[in-house]
Amino acid sequence: MGYKAKFRVWRGEGGEGRLEDFTVEVNEGEVVLDVIHRLQATQAPDLAVRWNCKAGKCGSCSMEINGKPRLGCMTRMSTFEESETITVTPMRTFPVIKDLVTDVSFNYQKAREIPSFTPPKDVKPGEYRMQQVDVERSQEFRKCIECFMCNNVCHVIRDHDENKQAFAGPRFLMRIAELDMHPYDVADRKESAQDEHGLGYCNITKCCTEVCPEHIKITDNALIPMKERVVDRKYDPLVWLGNKIFKRSS
Amino acid sequence: MTQTTAENPARKQRAQLKVRTLRTDRWWLAPALTFTGLLTFLIYGFWAIFDQSYLAEPYIAPFASPCLATACPEGARLFGLAPIGDWYTWPPGLLILGLPGGFRLTCYYYRKSYYRSFWLSPPACSVAEPHGKYTGETRLPLIIQNIHRYFFYFAVIIGLILTYDAVLAFRDKEGNWGHVGLGSIILLVNAILILAYTFGCHSCRHITAGRLNHFSKHPLRYKAWTFVSKLNAKHQQFAWASMFSVMIADLYVRLVAKGIINFPFA
Repeated sequence: MGYKAKFRVWRGEGGEGRLEDFTVEVNEGEVVLDVIHRLQATQAPDLAVRWNCKAGKCGSCSMEINGKPRLGCMTRMSTFEESETITVTPMRTFPVIKDLVTDVSFNYQKAREIPSFTPPKDVKPGEYRMQQVDVERSQEFRKCIECFMCNNVCHVIRDHDENKQAFAGPRFLMRIAELDMHPYDVADRKESAQDEHGLGYCNITKCCTEVCPEHIKITDNALIPMKERVVDRKYDPLVWLGNKIFKRSS
Repeated sequence: MTQTTAENPARKQRAQLKVRTLRTDRWWLAPALTFTGLLTFLIYGFWAIFDQSYLAEPYIAPFASPCLATACPEGARLFGLAPIGDWYTWPPGLLILGLPGGFRLTCYYYRKSYYRSFWLSPPACSVAEPHGKYTGETRLPLIIQNIHRYFFYFAVIIGLILTYDAVLAFRDKEGNWGHVGLGSIILLVNAILILAYTFGCHSCRHITAGRLNHFSKHPLRYKAWTFVSKLNAKHQQFAWASMFSVMIADLYVRLVAKGIINFPFA
């Protein structure tokens, strides 16, 4: 049942490179990463590709297949026509180290900029009491495997490299939302989400949600709720007045 | 390893692909259809605002409701009242359509659709946008999108008025209950879709309980949030369905009013 597939793969170091054509054997049940490995084994032993679990859970093999951000290990060859040329390129938003391997350290930098979970001072570890309904929302975001495809596809930084300084990207705005929704987190994250991590750059075009391999509703359940929380704090005079009158903590 | 990467300038570059996208599917189809759909709505709305055939008792065209001025025929006035008085003589739609229009304009779903289809920012995922600079909703004018929840409050009122109009459509011209015409059904379906769209709004979801961190302390609000979340999951579908239903309902009433539709159960 095998056939010969036509592949075009990005080869090169740093930004310089080119698409190279290969014809490679494909067997039934294989995924794109299997074919990339066969290329390594048979035709291009120096082809660089990052991978680990081959089960869609480590987030290592993020790449762009026919222009779409995908996990190589979760993209079945059966989804393509046998006559189709499959183009495989590295994630476009991040600098290339070699071939399909990108330098994703931008994401680690952004992760470090977010203050960690901040419980109230008078609650000691072991004293946290939460009900399932209180943490359910945040648990969805914990499914993230950090493949960084959401940050890769986000046009705010994909098409505008200059925004990288100001914009944390959907993955880390989701992290801020996760912490802000936590029943025991007391850090003020609303002002900083807007002013320091660039939530206002998001124009909710939902590409992050479209590419998420864990099917996390990033836009609807994290980014938009966080935008609404920012509106409470910064742009809604009625909420501000209500907080003053009823002495509510915002 | 990170150190080595940072020191090598060649490794600071992205892949220098010269093409706008490598996507091979019909990525342009969704923005093209969205553009066509939204443009149709805009053109129809513009025509409907200035069309004067908006009352065919017991039906009133949704684009002209509520009719608040003395210039409106008595049957078209909300609760028979004309709070605006006789100074206003322009079309009734011009007075109120800014509210539901503003609600849709600032709606999170519609923002996605027109940013993609009209402003091409981006036209589709992993397709490069044509603009050299991007600041999103961080500054004027787009920072005004944050006003959405205020439009939501008004949209609830408009939605309830359209529901009231739909209920009144089950009376005949003499005011007796029991009349059921095609128009009654169309107006009722439209009201249901408008309410489903309005109450599935992201701002509504936030207001009901989304802003809370302790759902367990507010069980009723949590229940409301759960219900709104279910509607919210279909917000896109309700946005389109209600947009077409309001156009169809409005056009239907106007065609009845003009005598173009005149079959017995109209």
